[in-house]
Amino acid sequence: MKIGSARDDALYMEELSQKDTPVHRIDPRAKIIVNIFFIFTVLSFNRYEISALVTFFTFPLFLMVSGDLPAGYLTKKLLLISPIVVLIAVFNPVFDRETAFILAGAEISAGWVSFFSILIRFFLTAGSILILIASTGFYKVCMALERIGVPSLFVMQLLFLYRYIFVLLDEGARMVRAHALRSFSDRGIKIKTFGSLLGNLLLRTVDRADRIHSAMLARGFDGSVTLNRRIKFRTSDAFFVVFWPVLFILMRRYNFSELIGSFFLRIF
Amino acid sequence: MSHHIVEARSLHFTYRDGTPALRGVDFRITHGESVAVVGANGAGKSTLLRHLNGTVLPQRGEVRVGDFPVIKDRLKEVRRTVGMVFQNPDDQLFMPTVFDDVAFGPVNCGLPPDEVEARVDEVLAQVGVAYLKGRSSTRLSAGEKRAVSIAAVLAVSPDILVLDEPNSDLDPRARRRLIELLKTFKHTKIIATHDLDMVLDLCPRTIVLVEGKVAADGNSLEIFSDEQLLKKSNLEKPLRMQKYPG
Repeated sequence: MKIGSARDDALYMEELSQKDTPVHRIDPRAKIIVNIFFIFTVLSFNRYEISALVTFFTFPLFLMVSGDLPAGYLTKKLLLISPIVVLIAVFNPVFDRETAFILAGAEISAGWVSFFSILIRFFLTAGSILILIASTGFYKVCMALERIGVPSLFVMQLLFLYRYIFVLLDEGARMVRAHALRSFSDRGIKIKTFGSLLGNLLLRTVDRADRIHSAMLARGFDGSVTLNRRIKFRTSDAFFVVFWPVLFILMRRYNFSELIGSFFLRIF
Repeated sequence: MSHHIVEARSLHFTYRDGTPALRGVDFRITHGESVAVVGANGAGKSTLLRHLNGTVLPQRGEVRVGDFPVIKDRLKEVRRTVGMVFQNPDDQLFMPTVFDDVAFGPVNCGLPPDEVEARVDEVLAQVGVAYLKGRSSTRLSAGEKRAVSIAAVLAVSPDILVLDEPNSDLDPRARRRLIELLKTFKHTKIIATHDLDMVLDLCPRTIVLVEGKVAADGNSLEIFSDEQLLKKSNLEKPLRMQKYPG
């Protein structure tokens, strides 16, 4: 069952990318460049930074709202992968026990600060990539990567991965279903059976790869795949590429949350 | 127009595990002919077809396309001449979108982008699925996938079309549409199939394979009337040739 839902998930992302909003219309290259810039800026902060990072949520939020993307769904996706990050970050509070600041009488250790800093960075970077794909489509992202200068071999790998992940998931789902129908228990798959299922799937995959390769050869494949699609870079794209990185630099240079905070403190 | 000729001369092929697939196949198909290749499962149909565009090279004997032998050095020309529609469209549609899939062949032939685009539009319209152009290949129905596979092959304007069980996964109406579509093609057609009724619609000539050998080669109607031959080759009379009971 789970395999089936993974497939639906991927298809849903594909559906989201078919929408027609200002964000969807931005040149994929522009989106990738801004995203890379975004990720590097976010990662460049020192490990105890929290307040300045928070301002960076403007970028994913802006894309999500103007791209008409479902916040709940994307957050759920992020939460699903977050345990891995938590696992990595969770040792910080254990090893880094220096007091960072005191909040409402409780000592907050530097470890906890860096723990949350890592989590925020994760949500920012993984979130922005998720939004990039949801608002662009995996395929266009690959195409743009190629145009930007990523080696075509690498791009091809991604494309084929994406094309056949559905076929593989279908095949996997069928095998699991066939197993479930004849195993008469809901205990899941035994390790031994699982091994042979997986082996079987691998063999099928190899066979399929073989057939796909002959299909490619049959149509004149000679080692390189060219995507025949022109994308137009418009003035609004240029604005996008300039505006956001400038904002990122400003947000990196000046801590806006602190500035706004002190501004309000001064008023009241 | 000798380049539309497909010929097999005492063709032998044995798989690596020792299973013999072809044991001396001979035939000659000339320009504009439409020929069915029928036979039981494992009779060697698919193996034979794979020889026709050089996916597999003969171990003994030879295959000639347009009066030239199919050898390694000539594969590029052979594959432009012989368009192959595979049995499973999921193997054939390997690009992410319908457009890219159909464009794959023309791009590899070195056509400039504008012409590629025009070519794609043309063949998609020809097979009646122009509306699928921007769609992703994953989300098509079996009939649509089949149509796109055929368009992808037509896109390089082959002289000879080879189809491996083209209607094995189609519903009756999609099957009918496919038959009507194939009727419109003037290419030399070689179709491997179990659907003998479709053969009656499309192919005046039939080659029957039994255990890797040509058991019969001739007029489809005559072959399908030969009960003994049909029995020997695990086939049944096409439905429309069977007598209604009562």
